[in-house]
Amino acid sequence: MVTISIDGIRTVVPEGTTVLEAARDLGIAIPSLCHNPGLSPYGACRVCIVEVKKGERSTIEASCTLPASDGLVVITNSERVRKNRKVLIELLVSSCPTSKTLQDLAANYGVNRIRFAIKDKNCILCGLCVRYCKEQMQSGGIGFVGRGTSRKVATAFGVTPQECRNCGGCEWICPVCERACTAANLTNGLCGGCQNLMHVETCELCVHCSESVNARGHRVY
Amino acid sequence: MTKSLRSPIQLKNLREQLIRNSQSGKSTISVCGGTGCQGCGCESVYTKFVSEIDRQGIADKVELKLTGCHGLCECGTLVTIHPQKIFYIRVNPQDVPEILTETILKDVVIDRLLYPDPISGQTVLHEYDVPFYKKQRRLIFGSNGLLDPTSIEDYIAIGGYCALSKALSEMKPEQIIEEVKESGLRGRGGGGFPTGKKWESCRNAPTSNGTRYVICNADEGDPGAYMDRSLLEGNPHSVLEGMIIGAYAIGSGSGYVYVRHEYPLAVKNLDIALTQAREYGLLGNNILGSGFDFDVMIARGGGAFVCGESTALMASLEGKIGEPRQKHIHTVIKGLYNKPSNLNNVETWANVPLIINKGAGWYADIGTAGSKGTKIFSLVGKIKNTGLVEVPMGITLREIIYDIGGGMLNGKKFKAVQTGGPSGGCIPESLIDLPVDFDELTRVGSMMGSGGMIVMDESTCMVDMAKYFVDFLIEESCGKCLPCREGLDRMKDILAGITQGNGTDGDIELLQELGEVIHDTSLCALGETAANPVLSTIQYFRDEYEQHIRNRHCPAGVCKALITYTIDPETCTGCGVCVKNCPEKSVSGEKKKPHVINQDTCIKCGLCRENCKFDAVIVV
Ligand SMILES: Cc1cc2nc3c(=O)[nH]c(=O)nc-3n(C[C@H](O)[C@H](O)[C@H](O)COP(=O)(O)O)c2cc1C
Ligand code: SF4
Ligand code: SF4
Ligand code: FES
Repeated sequence: MVTISIDGIRTVVPEGTTVLEAARDLGIAIPSLCHNPGLSPYGACRVCIVEVKKGERSTIEASCTLPASDGLVVITNSERVRKNRKVLIELLVSSCPTSKTLQDLAANYGVNRIRFAIKDKNCILCGLCVRYCKEQMQSGGIGFVGRGTSRKVATAFGVTPQECRNCGGCEWICPVCERACTAANLTNGLCGGCQNLMHVETCELCVHCSESVNARGHRVY
Repeated sequence: MTKSLRSPIQLKNLREQLIRNSQSGKSTISVCGGTGCQGCGCESVYTKFVSEIDRQGIADKVELKLTGCHGLCECGTLVTIHPQKIFYIRVNPQDVPEILTETILKDVVIDRLLYPDPISGQTVLHEYDVPFYKKQRRLIFGSNGLLDPTSIEDYIAIGGYCALSKALSEMKPEQIIEEVKESGLRGRGGGGFPTGKKWESCRNAPTSNGTRYVICNADEGDPGAYMDRSLLEGNPHSVLEGMIIGAYAIGSGSGYVYVRHEYPLAVKNLDIALTQAREYGLLGNNILGSGFDFDVMIARGGGAFVCGESTALMASLEGKIGEPRQKHIHTVIKGLYNKPSNLNNVETWANVPLIINKGAGWYADIGTAGSKGTKIFSLVGKIKNTGLVEVPMGITLREIIYDIGGGMLNGKKFKAVQTGGPSGGCIPESLIDLPVDFDELTRVGSMMGSGGMIVMDESTCMVDMAKYFVDFLIEESCGKCLPCREGLDRMKDILAGITQGNGTDGDIELLQELGEVIHDTSLCALGETAANPVLSTIQYFRDEYEQHIRNRHCPAGVCKALITYTIDPETCTGCGVCVKNCPEKSVSGEKKKPHVINQDTCIKCGLCRENCKFDAVIVV
């Protein structure tokens, strides 16, 4: 067992626990995108960042890949974390504005403008689908190809591979495919529909029923 | 008869015998076969020597060696005559017969092939008197000129494998680690991590079956850097000897050298070195009869810059995609195949024999408080002498640029020096007296990196330069993590906007904010340092950014969208050379009358300006 401190709370967790898991056990909310409890840690989206105090200095680390170690002092919601995270979310939305998951994240974390050029790639390269396919389905039908900005998820030779079991897991787990933002026109890449405008035309108070429609006519899930 | 050496004594005897054989009164001609000289046709000089020696029938009077890089690549092909140490530069095949008849047979120096000192104008006879070499301290690199890299006998004759023999017979592994720790050696691959400490962690890391790996990082992906290549090509045994000593200290039985696949000669020479070392019992089982077993394999890298990063390199060695992973568990604990693995740079390994031979105290006397020994830099850019230079830590930038580098080319003004490779920073003229070591470079916003050094003059636009490095890093980013992949791409967009005259107020602040985020949140050190070129140029040349944004003006006259070429009617003689050179037929005018440029069709290629003899074409 190791003892760590998260936002001033001392907690004892088994060795091998990540800081993200330890924080969530304490009920502390840390957003995450590329993390899934059923898959191996990956550390690509960086929204789960926390600040780790090292004496006078501190560093920013992704909590989903950071193992709890004795004496670790973590702050999950410092000024520095918030500032960094906001820019990360801006970058996420600018590269994939059509994901409702990302639009919600932007709304929740107070991102109200995107200062970067919008280049919709329809994928945030979180690798959930790739890991799901490999680790849960033991298939490995999809993988990453290319480097840098040309990196993308693909199958070999662009055809459905033999290994594919048609489970649909890749779509189900995808933060872009499964929860697409259907807003007709984004302002500066931002929608803000569902989270920011909870007033619904048909009902006085939205109860989040599956039929709810918000002011802009989006379905609220 | 087996060559295998079974004890330190046998090695000593062999060395003495080799020295005796070589003291037979022969002259030795060393032809530089390094990367730079190959570009100057050293191969043909070498073959000419071979045929000429044969033709003149003087094979008994002279020995010929094709050696590794001597450093002064600017003046290739370099030829040194031993024992007089006569140093000839820019040797062509035509000069070869004369060198043999005059210098070798009659001991007459050929003046025209000597190095002319640019300041005094006098010729310099010996290599060590050439100003380029004078301020250098070539501990690691100096032997390159003395030996044929494909001959282990040459290496043994100059004291090679002495350190290994000493380590195995006189020192305990812990003692070696202590010695390396005391020497203050820090990794030359970029991070500057204390080498002894790394070895100790690896030695103490638990491993179930006793397996530990030592790895040599020869990926060297920085554009313009070739010191690791030159060491492997020119003196592979020194690197190998360092690795064997390291393996013994760490308790490792197998090692890898991860070589960039664009380096075929390095691979070839290293391969020869490995075979020879095995023949001599310096590699394999029971090395020098000590009971210690160790062998090395060569792995050829995929060629991506990011594969030089430790976790990516190990993934690549395992046959996986060369992509970094989070390093919370360090590779010395769990690296290659999840076993403790100690990775060091080529140059780091090459320092080890020196420390063992001469002692930690001697080594720690060279350098500054926090950085010991020497560092090899690849000195390029707008200076007179380019090449590989090895200098003691703590030397100032001024000494490197003016004394060794010979000052700026074409009398232009020094503007900045970029150190540390593509993710290093730019250091302005006001800091030119900065002592060069790990900590000082980091303090001013740059870094040691692997030792790239690009000197820039007033004709370099800092915004354009920052954009060039960001472009390079975008190409080389693996694309796994968001801040490096998308962040750098957006950074490039903003920089492109500025250089194209579309910059807006707030761009500089946005670049800084984005740069901090990329630094803070990237997964590996590529992303962590990728914003350095942008942040450091903003820090020291903010004014230049502002000129671009506010006044739509590029002070260096580089950014095409922001400059116009015009002809000064006062100085124009109407000679018409510009008319002939303009590919777009944009210049017109009557003979002997001032000409004018049609701004609508001018493509800003600058050919008119380059060719005008009267400097009448000006950039505004
Ligand atoms: C993107 C990137 C590229 C690197 N490339 C190299 C390289 O080409 N050669 C090298 O020796 N180290 C390189 N490094 C540093 C290595 O990760 C590692 O720190 C080094 O090889 C350790 O050896 P040292 O302690 O002797 O410096 C690179 C690091 C990064 C982040
Ligand atoms: S397709 Fe979806 S799940 Fe797969 S990497 Fe892209 S965003 Fe992630
Ligand atoms: S920082 Fe860049 S190179 Fe490193 S893991 Fe992230 S994307 Fe890849
Ligand atoms: S959730 Fe941690 S980096 Fe993506």
